[in-house]
Amino acid sequence: MSLAKHYPDRPDKVYFFGTCLIDLLYPEAGLAGMQLIKREGVQVIFPQDQTCCGQPAWNSGYRDETRAVVLNQIRTFPQDYPIVVPSGSCAGMLRHHYPEVFKGRPEAGLVEDFSQRVFELTEFLVHVLKIELRDLGEPTKVALHTACSARREMGVADEHEALLRQLGNVQLVEQARKAECCGFGGTFAVKHPDISAAMVTDKAKAITDTGADQLVSGDCGCLMNITGHMQHQGIGPKGQHIASFLWERTHAAES
Amino acid sequence: MQQKAEFEQRVQKALNNPQLRRNFRVAMDGLMEKRSNAFPDKEALEALRITGANIRANALVKQPELLEQLEANCTRNGIQVHWAETIEQANRIVLEIMERHQATGMIKGKSMVSEEMELNHFLEAQGNSCIESDLGEYIIQLDHETPSHIIAPAIHKSKQEIAQLFQEKHPDIPYSEDIETMTRSARKILRGKFFEADVGLSGVNFAVAETGTLCLVENEGNGRMCTTVPPVHIAVTGIEKVVEKLADVPPLLKLLTRSASGQHISTYFNMISSPRKPGERDGPTEVHLVLLDNQRSRIYADEELFDSLRCIRCGACMNHCPVYTRIGGHAYGSLIPGPIGSVIEPQKFGLENFGVLPTASTLCGACGEVCPVKIPLPKLLHRLRYEQVRNDHTGATIGQGSQRSTREALIWKLWSWAHANPAVYRGGTRLAGLLRGVVPNKIGPWTRVRTAPKIAPKSLHQLAREEGFENE
Amino acid sequence: MSKARDNILARLRARNAEKAPVDLDRTVESPDWSREERIDRFCKAMRSVKTEVHTVGRENWAKKLAELSKQKKLKNLLYAPAGPLAEPIEAVWRAGEGLPELVTREVEVDGWKEELFFDIDAAVTSTRSAIAEVGAMILWPTPEEPRTFSLVPPVHIAVVEADQLHNTFADAIAAEEWTSGMPTNALLISGPSKSADIEQTLAYGVHGPVELIVLLIE
Repeated sequence: MSLAKHYPDRPDKVYFFGTCLIDLLYPEAGLAGMQLIKREGVQVIFPQDQTCCGQPAWNSGYRDETRAVVLNQIRTFPQDYPIVVPSGSCAGMLRHHYPEVFKGRPEAGLVEDFSQRVFELTEFLVHVLKIELRDLGEPTKVALHTACSARREMGVADEHEALLRQLGNVQLVEQARKAECCGFGGTFAVKHPDISAAMVTDKAKAITDTGADQLVSGDCGCLMNITGHMQHQGIGPKGQHIASFLWERTHAAES
Repeated sequence: MQQKAEFEQRVQKALNNPQLRRNFRVAMDGLMEKRSNAFPDKEALEALRITGANIRANALVKQPELLEQLEANCTRNGIQVHWAETIEQANRIVLEIMERHQATGMIKGKSMVSEEMELNHFLEAQGNSCIESDLGEYIIQLDHETPSHIIAPAIHKSKQEIAQLFQEKHPDIPYSEDIETMTRSARKILRGKFFEADVGLSGVNFAVAETGTLCLVENEGNGRMCTTVPPVHIAVTGIEKVVEKLADVPPLLKLLTRSASGQHISTYFNMISSPRKPGERDGPTEVHLVLLDNQRSRIYADEELFDSLRCIRCGACMNHCPVYTRIGGHAYGSLIPGPIGSVIEPQKFGLENFGVLPTASTLCGACGEVCPVKIPLPKLLHRLRYEQVRNDHTGATIGQGSQRSTREALIWKLWSWAHANPAVYRGGTRLAGLLRGVVPNKIGPWTRVRTAPKIAPKSLHQLAREEGFENE
Repeated sequence: MSKARDNILARLRARNAEKAPVDLDRTVESPDWSREERIDRFCKAMRSVKTEVHTVGRENWAKKLAELSKQKKLKNLLYAPAGPLAEPIEAVWRAGEGLPELVTREVEVDGWKEELFFDIDAAVTSTRSAIAEVGAMILWPTPEEPRTFSLVPPVHIAVVEADQLHNTFADAIAAEEWTSGMPTNALLISGPSKSADIEQTLAYGVHGPVELIVLLIE
């Protein structure tokens, strides 16, 4: 938990940055995140012009190409509302790397203002909305994989756990070497597939060994990697984004 | 792209060697646990890391002045100081010292700079003998290998492999897999070598400008042997190892031994400030210090990459690196492996030769988190990824732009265009949703060990609209 | 190679000095430990790395030395007849029986290197001071007690004065004013020589002493 970080008071409105991976592959996770915030009485705005945070190009060394994409996001979130992101990785890009992308450039000030407004979903739920969850689900055993960017860049590993611990029927189990990377690393998985495969194999085994009924992660990149491997091998529990998991377990179906 | 193919071959070889995988996993797990136990108080650790980072940053900022001060103080103390811009010059300096003493036998303490110089090859080609005396270095020298880890050079080998190697090279010694017995055998063999050697060579952990003192950290006593017993001692070091004050040493020492192996202090901390003085009864009568640049001053010129020179060579970044743990040190193909190697080696030997290394990281941040002097390793790896594909020809890194391929550059241009134009992007995701049924199940290497991701029928953009979430 | 020197320094100086020197605060707080705590920490830390520590009195340490020498069946013991430990050792040895031969060589080591390397069983030396925090002795070898005494023989016996225990290494440097003049060689020694180069498993007795025995005078 990063104590140094300053959290705002509960706002009336927030922006939601859904991330391109969620947009394309896990939209239900994005929707769940928005619903969790909305249920707390905060209006959620989803600007339709948002695309990708720009991280793939940035991490590949293509800086000009990144800047064009970043400027689109900055234009798309013009008001002074907090920007909530259901991913430690993309939130880290928006919050910590955007200022680097524009370091020493005329847009630096504008970008800095934008970055200061960025929060990862779980930290926003815990520290800004001070959410209280009531578990409506059946007893279950859950393993949590916290993305490296969520843990080390955004410093929100404790917030992920804190939310899951609010759920009375959820037993959190811990896998061996839980802080170790799953081997996704964006373009790393494509550029170095064999190393990535070795890493995800170990990670999937550690998670399977816990006997968890379910894997939860705050980042869809890791989820896609780990569950993709587990499905391929026919092992392990099913995986879900933490937002979907929290929403499903606390949301009373309207009859 | 040859370097990438060669790297991949080495990676394959490592990944397909279960013994090697086990050796590294067990060793890295042990080293991580030892470090963690050595720093029970996380706040104190953070404060100490900040102190260490500041000491190193300060020494670097003042480096030219400190080197002059170091030289002046060493000279006053009787240590002869030599400067080398290149490894060729450094090797030549060492050879000339040996020739002046008609020396042919060198005994070496652990020194990564001497590895960087490939000093053994050089001296052996001139008809000299060069014997490594650090147990790990001795083992790999027997097997004609290079170190796979900067503080534990033979960490890739199991005790059985070492026992077999000992038997092969020293058939007179009874075969044993007992670690203490093997260690004692090495002691016996090397004792004679210390006794005979004409010249002892060592590295330097910290060179103190204020007093002209060379500091060496070690456990085995071989470092003390090399710097005490032979009549001539030559210390080789990179110019970045200079620190300003003696008072800077205790915090760095604390960080170094605890980060490296979880030791509160090494068995020996050896501080050398002069050759044997009149009346003293042992110690070398000559001490030489060789200060090597070899691209360090080039790295120094860049405000960001400059931070790579803070390194105190503890190895914690590799111990905590999930990639290093899987592939081991030799797969990197560089002298220094792991995250710090992937930062330093391409800068020293060119991105055209080692450009693949900065890409062999998930940027998970484990290295940066444990670095005792807070080198922002992920940031530097990232910076080098940029250096190798940038095409503006204004950077200073060797091999800049060498990894840029027209195809990849075009892909990122198109990608950028699509993601900078919301209408294009939305059109793309809609199309993907429609075509989801015909997306192939096999997509390159991804699906070798994973199922293909499934594109959702409706994007979040669509769902948000349908659920009434406002656009602005 | 003065050209190399000039080139290197010129390159370093050509850097755009955007980074200002770091303002270093070198004041270090020392822990507030009593004499007993210092002794306790020192002994614990040294024992944890396989050092044999015996607390002894000023009047009986040499007897303890004789007793240990006998127990360990030492063939001989190297000591410095002009060093600070000589008198009590000589007194005990004169009175004792069946003790290892006392060896003295008050000349340059070069002349009896072979004997030192292959015949001497043990050496006893004094120490300058010690560090409680990490459990290390500080030695500044002298002409009487040269560097190799604490290095080459398989057994090193060191006499440490409890009154000379500093809390930390930084304290030792400051209190003893090391910056006003460093010796040829200053050493911190925390235990017998060791290596973990094979499978990260500790093995003692590599190139330095196999055994380190500390007589701590309380």
